[in-house]
Amino acid sequence: MTNKDGRFAEYGGQYVPETLMNELNKMADEYDKAKHDPEFQAELQDLLNNYANRPSLLSYAKRMTEDLGGAQIYFKREDLNHTGAHKINNVIGQALLAKRMGKTRLIAETGAGQHGVATATIAALFGMECEIFMGKEDTDRQKLNVYRMELLGAKVNSVTSGSMVLKDAINAALQEFSARTDDTFYVMGSATGPHPYPMMVRDFQSVISKESKEQFKKINNKLPDAIVACVGGGSNAIGSFANYIDDPSVQLIGVEAAGKGVETELTAATLECGSEGVFHGMKSIFLQTETGQIKPVYSISAGLDYPGVGPEHAALAKSGRAQYVGITDDEAVDAFEYIARTEGIVAAIESCHAVAYVRKLAPKMSKDQTIICTLSGRGDKDVAAIGKYRGVDVNE
Amino acid sequence: MNKLVETMQGGNKLVGYVVANDPDIDTTIQNVVALSEGGADVVEIGIPFSDPVADGPVIQRADLRALADGELPMDKVFEMVDEIHQRTDITLVFLTYLNVVLQYGYDEFCRQCETHGVSGLIIPDLPYEEQDELLPFIDKHDLALVPLVTLNSDDRIQRLVQHAKGFIYLVSSLGVTGERDEFSSYLSGIVQKIKEYTDVPVAIGFGIHSAKQASEMNQISDGVIIGSSFVRIVEEDKQDAPKRLKEYASEIKQAIIE
Repeated sequence: MTNKDGRFAEYGGQYVPETLMNELNKMADEYDKAKHDPEFQAELQDLLNNYANRPSLLSYAKRMTEDLGGAQIYFKREDLNHTGAHKINNVIGQALLAKRMGKTRLIAETGAGQHGVATATIAALFGMECEIFMGKEDTDRQKLNVYRMELLGAKVNSVTSGSMVLKDAINAALQEFSARTDDTFYVMGSATGPHPYPMMVRDFQSVISKESKEQFKKINNKLPDAIVACVGGGSNAIGSFANYIDDPSVQLIGVEAAGKGVETELTAATLECGSEGVFHGMKSIFLQTETGQIKPVYSISAGLDYPGVGPEHAALAKSGRAQYVGITDDEAVDAFEYIARTEGIVAAIESCHAVAYVRKLAPKMSKDQTIICTLSGRGDKDVAAIGKYRGVDVNE
Repeated sequence: MNKLVETMQGGNKLVGYVVANDPDIDTTIQNVVALSEGGADVVEIGIPFSDPVADGPVIQRADLRALADGELPMDKVFEMVDEIHQRTDITLVFLTYLNVVLQYGYDEFCRQCETHGVSGLIIPDLPYEEQDELLPFIDKHDLALVPLVTLNSDDRIQRLVQHAKGFIYLVSSLGVTGERDEFSSYLSGIVQKIKEYTDVPVAIGFGIHSAKQASEMNQISDGVIIGSSFVRIVEEDKQDAPKRLKEYASEIKQAIIE
């Protein structure tokens, strides 16, 4: 549904300083060539299969299905990818494009550290220089991931401007990219930012739904009835939706982080609480004040803690093709424990927002209906924080 | 005629920049007056934004200071502009990010600018490709939308400057605003290239922080834009900034016209 200027209906675009325009246009042109180049696609597929461990499993959640007593539930297991999340799908694609453009240095933003770790991993694999921008609040909270990135040879730049969180890390990475385009490629972590990023990230993540559609058909010889995925910027969700958008019988549901509740200020539920704006290079929906200042956001999940959402989600929400719902911290933590005990999977707290919604949705559906829920990442990184949330002192 | 267009004619121009409400509205009024008295021809008033991605650390900090006590409603900014006009007839333009304009409403924002005597807009996150949504209102209210040209604009230059009005903001180094010691020797060539396509004056900004540099930049263009150096004075001197702003503006203007 993208037009040539990277618009998804009225959302998207390239609202960036002039310094970036030539570089973004070059990137879009080169991506267009790469997309139709069998050699590029073969190299991408080879890395996805033989490095990232694809295809990821589509597992039937037998005990959860029985327990909820409604629709049959399947998990798309992005948590089983190398580096433990869906982020690697996109990073491999963008890094290959960077290489094709003759770049030798990758930069990226990261919130909790998942995208930073994925980028550092591929930079190591490709022998490229790597610098990760991470808000100081996050480098303090996620020391283990900071060390992981350093272990992989990346330099971690602790960003002290603004509120020192993910959005400030993106600001800093955009600034670095503006200042140094000759050897540097900015690997954007979500389906956000200026064109061509939202389209490119969607394409690289759409391997999720390409696989799930085939896998599901093989098992059930039909389409699923609903796809459920968590949404921060929205990369795993858009990848989970992409190959079903033209199948109107498949309900698409994005689950946002409601934090302490959509009625409070402590939320990250952009599509429920936000309004149209322009930020980080795109026109989309943002949590903002009346004068257009970007609001601080809150969620227990650092990966969903973003004041905006990718433009394609804004368009899907507006057209009604996809629905977006909020899940609170409490509901997500309950789901974290539930899926661990019911299915033996410690899933990322981000993904548990989707799981929490499936717990509400499945009982309302009939037993012959089906849901695919994307588990975007594994939850090892969250164990200590969830322990603390429950009052258990876990020593990291 | 649009006042910015008129003011920028003739070369040797000094364009200054301060952020509205940094550290408070009264000081901002005095700062603009001081720049005017020091010899600035145009003052860009920055309307603070929570996430000024095109600005360097000095101006980022200024935006945060300006928003430290919460929102700065546009109506308060327009009142401030009225007070400035009572004390000086300097030409004013706004520099801000597109979201600030979008939330106020493009038509209403431009209408208020015209009503309150703000002659132009500089919007660093509105590149040529996205201008069509705003341009009808710029034209309707006789404002100038100042285009930015950068060292890597290359074959885009003709398109960027063809509808320019007021002046062309030539960004003297890649990246964000801030003081830099080295300036590209390409600058002169870029000015020549711009001049092939338009008669609109060219002012050079981003990173000029001495009278000597200002003079050098002015020699190859029609004027200079000083932002971070002025904002740094406001940061250091706070409410006492007007005195040093006037002295510094005067020093730079002197170097330019000599």
